[in-house]
Amino acid sequence: MTAPGFMDRLKIGLWDENPGLVQLLGLCPVLAVTSSFVNGFGLGLATLAVLVASNGLVAATRRWIVAEIRIPIYVLIIASLVTCVELIFKAWFPSLDRSLGIFIPLIVTNCAIVARAEIFASRNTVSSSLVDGFAMGLGFALLLMAIGAFRELLGQGTLFARMDMLFGGEPMRGLVLTDGGWLLAVLPPGAFFTLAVAIAAKNVIDRRRRDKQLNAMPGRAQRTSK
Amino acid sequence: MNNFSIVKSGVTLAVIAAICTSLVALTYQSTEERIDANEKAWLERSLQPALSGLFFDSGVTESKIVVPPPHDLPGTDAAIIYRVYAKTEPVAALFVVSARDGYSGPIRILVGIETTGMVTGVHVLEHRETPGLGDRVESGKSDWVKQFDGRSLVDPETSGWRIKRDGGQFDQLTGASVTPRAIIKAVKETLIYFGTHRDEIFSDPPTDSAATEDQQ
Repeated sequence: MTAPGFMDRLKIGLWDENPGLVQLLGLCPVLAVTSSFVNGFGLGLATLAVLVASNGLVAATRRWIVAEIRIPIYVLIIASLVTCVELIFKAWFPSLDRSLGIFIPLIVTNCAIVARAEIFASRNTVSSSLVDGFAMGLGFALLLMAIGAFRELLGQGTLFARMDMLFGGEPMRGLVLTDGGWLLAVLPPGAFFTLAVAIAAKNVIDRRRRDKQLNAMPGRAQRTSK
Repeated sequence: MNNFSIVKSGVTLAVIAAICTSLVALTYQSTEERIDANEKAWLERSLQPALSGLFFDSGVTESKIVVPPPHDLPGTDAAIIYRVYAKTEPVAALFVVSARDGYSGPIRILVGIETTGMVTGVHVLEHRETPGLGDRVESGKSDWVKQFDGRSLVDPETSGWRIKRDGGQFDQLTGASVTPRAIIKAVKETLIYFGTHRDEIFSDPPTDSAATEDQQ
């Protein structure tokens, strides 16, 4: 693999260019399904799988794809991959599929996927596209899980409830911390608040880090600081 | 773009479409059986709450009748009736109907009724009620639906088929009265329908050979 290496790609996907936090792509699932950790986990996993596979396929076929027809081809590839993932969910995680409902087929419309195909996979090798898909997908999935966990904790006072939808077995209540919670967190406004808090937190961390770097290099700090 | 490149693009598109289609077809074939089994298991599991305490030997899912709208049952979509028999004696009927006036959209419920007109169980199958408020009608979240067990149109009288706040005999849910009202009304309407159509519903029991596999 050429530069940037695997760890750099991972850092870009998870943090610097996180599809949800920075590019603000795929907001519909970020906001809609993250009412609990298990939902965020399930959809994050499905999106990750589609993203890796679509990046790989687009990169593998990039020599034959003419610019004029690239968008229909991306749509074809992504739509068929999503259909496959949906069938796999229906077969192996039926209750999770029921709980996520329409949002699994709607992965097709997640701009994060077509954006990676267009920006990255169509111009890079298969292996680095796979890594990029993995990094971006993981960044997206972790964001969904974090928001899901936060909203579940705040809204229902539980964490990791209903994980049986993934692993099978009896319904699990997860870690019950309190009985009931702040209802608003589970409702749609809670999704916006949580996302806003997450973005703000990321910006604060980034700024702190930048300031520290600038302080470490006093010569450059004078020129770049405003 | 000259003619040659148009043909070339067309062929590329066709080849990729063919590859994608075979990918989907392959996945479909390898998951089809599992998905069918899951659907059937889910259906049987979701009918279970209305079957407890009944003795029967017929395959419940095979005895399905679909009642297309318009009908006198609750809901504007098709209602489904599963009939339960012991030998050829009718035991109970399970109704899948929609309570129209939920807080956000219809609530799909299962109502089990014994031939005597007594409710065997009510179970909420699908809803979009507010999490934390209306969704406590789900059997996993509270025991609210249990209060229908053993009720009938004479227990309480028709006027008692309301929440307590409206002068009836059924508990309400704190912070949510629309959802319980909708469900109570739907159960009551189902009981009334059962009372008037009982013989018709049980008139043609599925025989083993005639048991038809219903497709969704």
